[in-house]
Amino acid sequence: MRRFIASGAIALSALAIGAVAIAAETEVHPPHKHWHFQGPFGTYDRAAAQRGFQVYKEVCSACHSLSLLAYRNLMDLGLSENAVKAIAADVQIPDLSDDGQPADRPGRPSDRFKKPFANELAAAAANGGKAPPDLSVIIKAREDGPNYVHALLTGYVPFDKLTPAQIKETGVTKDDNYNTFFPGHRIAMPPPLADDKVTYVDGTKATLDQEASDVVEFLAWASEPHLEDRNRTGVRVILFLLAMAGLMYAVKRQVWADKP
Amino acid sequence: MASSSIPAGAHGASGDPTRRDFLMVATGAMAAIGVAATAWPFINNLNPAADTLALSSIELNIAPIKVGQAITVKWRGKPVFIRHRTEKEIKEAEAVKMSELPDPQTDNARVTDTAKKVRPEWLIIVGVCTHLGCVPLGQNPGDPKGEYDGWFCPCHGSQYDSSGRIRKGPAPKNLAVPDYLFTTDTIVKIG
Amino acid sequence: MASSHGAPPVFNNRVIAWIDHRLPIFSYLEKEYHTFPTPRNFNYFWNFGAIATVMLVLMIATGIVLATNYTPHVTMAFDSVERIMRDVPQGWLMRYLHMTGASFFFIAVYIHIFRGLYYGSYKAPRELLWILGVIILLLMMATAFMGYVLPWGQMSFWGATVITSLFSAIPVVGDSITTWLWGGFAIDNPTLNRFYALHYLLPFVIVAVVALHVVALHVHGSNNPLGIDVKGPQDTVPFHPYYTMKDGFGVILFLIVYCCFVFFAPDYLGDAANYIPANPLVTPTHIVPEWYFLPFYAILRAIPDKLGGVLAMFGSIGVLFVLPWLDTSRVRSCSFRPIYKWFVGLLVIDLFVLGWCGANPPEGFFVPLSRVATIYYFFHFLVLLPVLGKIERPLPLPPSIADAVLKKKAG
Repeated sequence: MRRFIASGAIALSALAIGAVAIAAETEVHPPHKHWHFQGPFGTYDRAAAQRGFQVYKEVCSACHSLSLLAYRNLMDLGLSENAVKAIAADVQIPDLSDDGQPADRPGRPSDRFKKPFANELAAAAANGGKAPPDLSVIIKAREDGPNYVHALLTGYVPFDKLTPAQIKETGVTKDDNYNTFFPGHRIAMPPPLADDKVTYVDGTKATLDQEASDVVEFLAWASEPHLEDRNRTGVRVILFLLAMAGLMYAVKRQVWADKP
Repeated sequence: MASSSIPAGAHGASGDPTRRDFLMVATGAMAAIGVAATAWPFINNLNPAADTLALSSIELNIAPIKVGQAITVKWRGKPVFIRHRTEKEIKEAEAVKMSELPDPQTDNARVTDTAKKVRPEWLIIVGVCTHLGCVPLGQNPGDPKGEYDGWFCPCHGSQYDSSGRIRKGPAPKNLAVPDYLFTTDTIVKIG
Repeated sequence: MASSHGAPPVFNNRVIAWIDHRLPIFSYLEKEYHTFPTPRNFNYFWNFGAIATVMLVLMIATGIVLATNYTPHVTMAFDSVERIMRDVPQGWLMRYLHMTGASFFFIAVYIHIFRGLYYGSYKAPRELLWILGVIILLLMMATAFMGYVLPWGQMSFWGATVITSLFSAIPVVGDSITTWLWGGFAIDNPTLNRFYALHYLLPFVIVAVVALHVVALHVHGSNNPLGIDVKGPQDTVPFHPYYTMKDGFGVILFLIVYCCFVFFAPDYLGDAANYIPANPLVTPTHIVPEWYFLPFYAILRAIPDKLGGVLAMFGSIGVLFVLPWLDTSRVRSCSFRPIYKWFVGLLVIDLFVLGWCGANPPEGFFVPLSRVATIYYFFHFLVLLPVLGKIERPLPLPPSIADAVLKKKAG
């Protein structure tokens, strides 16, 4: 019988290896970074995520929507109700006036984040034919999301630094953007971040790497806002089940000891 | 009996019956806790979601409502009547004797916000008849207002006065007053 | 005790006695789940029936609460799932339990099937029991496939497109059938709506077939690791408490692994591309089905002909229906089949290889590898099984279950 358990374990681990093999086969592997939200005890670094929100607001939001989030969600990042009200009120949300005419009004915390373009077609038309993707679940929508997005944001190579082989292989011109980690390397988005692109309100030095890490922290939170609750619940559930397994095993042994 | 989980003679050769009973009881109790804890998310799932709760209070500018005018706004899926009452309506409402009311309540108590501020010119009530849930008439200038200068429910003829209190008809209670707060002189937050 | 089996139970509780006299549900439970004589030599593989049942119940329970918040419309489906993940109280938990639950339901059922295959549980007199099981597998596949479409991500959309297009391989009426399946000229809102309706319906059909599966099981009782018949009361123990407690322990162990995925790696078994909303104009560069379909997907692609591939894929499940008659061996359990047991192991490896092929683009060495693996799959069932049963010399069987158990204890 032990043999069968062993073979079952082998089968399961083979399954896991198979899945790893599936996951492993992407184009260029982004370098592995450690994230605050990793692992069963991971949490979001609120300060980093708030800085990341500043980066999103001042840079990314010019082109990328975040349509699944509402301003009220920012309270989960540690912003006060009044701060959230102020952020929302700064935005003009399209609505109808009392006489049924289209009219903008100041945003409320219950409003979803305003999109930079009225619709998908307008977004595509303003961006060379392809709409910039919505960022609400971008970290989950890419393989190895946090590392990939960080690598992408920091992975631009200026045209004059490219080797002739790279130019030949990808056919980039002076007007294209070359990114080490983008599949096919030619990416429509010009380098969005740079050193001192934003001035952080908390005084953190805004290096390119810092900005990219912060915005990934923010977008990871946006993708999976209940991660902390999930981890907390998970630890409790597993502890409970382990205790239950111990008890069940003892009961099972007791019962079988009395076998007729 | 089918529910006795330990077969007869279970307290047999291998051992201590108390230890075994303790194990059974402990495991049963743990299992019961586990089932209850698992049931909770399933029930909780049907509670109002965060986006619904985010809309549970509304803020309203009441400056444009003239004396004698009434407006209806939707709040938590129900109509809320906001009436800018005239002097006459206020006087009528305050003059009523408590003994005449099926559901005695002073007018004063019905025009007080959650910060205890009394503004008798503003009556804010949920426009749902306490009988069987119809919306009473009386908001528009041409509507029947009943005998008490308030609201008249077309379904079964309940009549409410200018304070929204039930005066006549089958409804048992006054029209409900929601929690509201005048955040400024002209902005009221309902809910 | 096994010896009391058959005698009508006496209920001391008067309410229970009153009901049972009119509707014998308590007698039934007593007979089938308490005193029911069960072979005393089960190993832990025999837990997976109970585990699969628990998963089925869990999937239906989480599915119903998810359905209360889901909107089956192309413009709202993706957002409504995300609303469940974000705004609905503990909606993320229900969604991850359901999503990961599908994978773990398949894991349980695949191990359960392997158990049947290795110990010859499909052989007479349990052929119908096995066939009902294959029907459950088919229903599960249909349900899982349609459920995967509901979040309306890129993989939902393109998976549905590819799988429904299989039917266009049918000569003459193929295109009409796909149009009929879609309710339009492509996967669109009518398709999503009908998949939702059927995804809600099929699990209850599964419950019904599971009930038949259990009824058939209780006619001749369970097979056991020795594959020999029960000869008398000394070979069995009552189902309760012996196997209820053992199953309970196994279920908890399984739930621990399952919960590790639900809480700490919920997206591990899924595809990142399904978090991109469906776009009918852009196909993802690399579409793969969920892992539990990969071996069958590999068989589909291994055949260079469209109709041939479709037939091979359906045939790979279809062959399971006739399995009881393909096996010509006198003994059930592989424990006594010194040659065949290695081939069963090879079949398992073959399925993993097929899964690996299915997960990768059909290029390079995956093409010949998937063909070889496909050929072995059919060779195993259609040639090896009938021939080997005739020529293999089984090991001597023990005289009875009790005998084998006591000997093992002594040795």
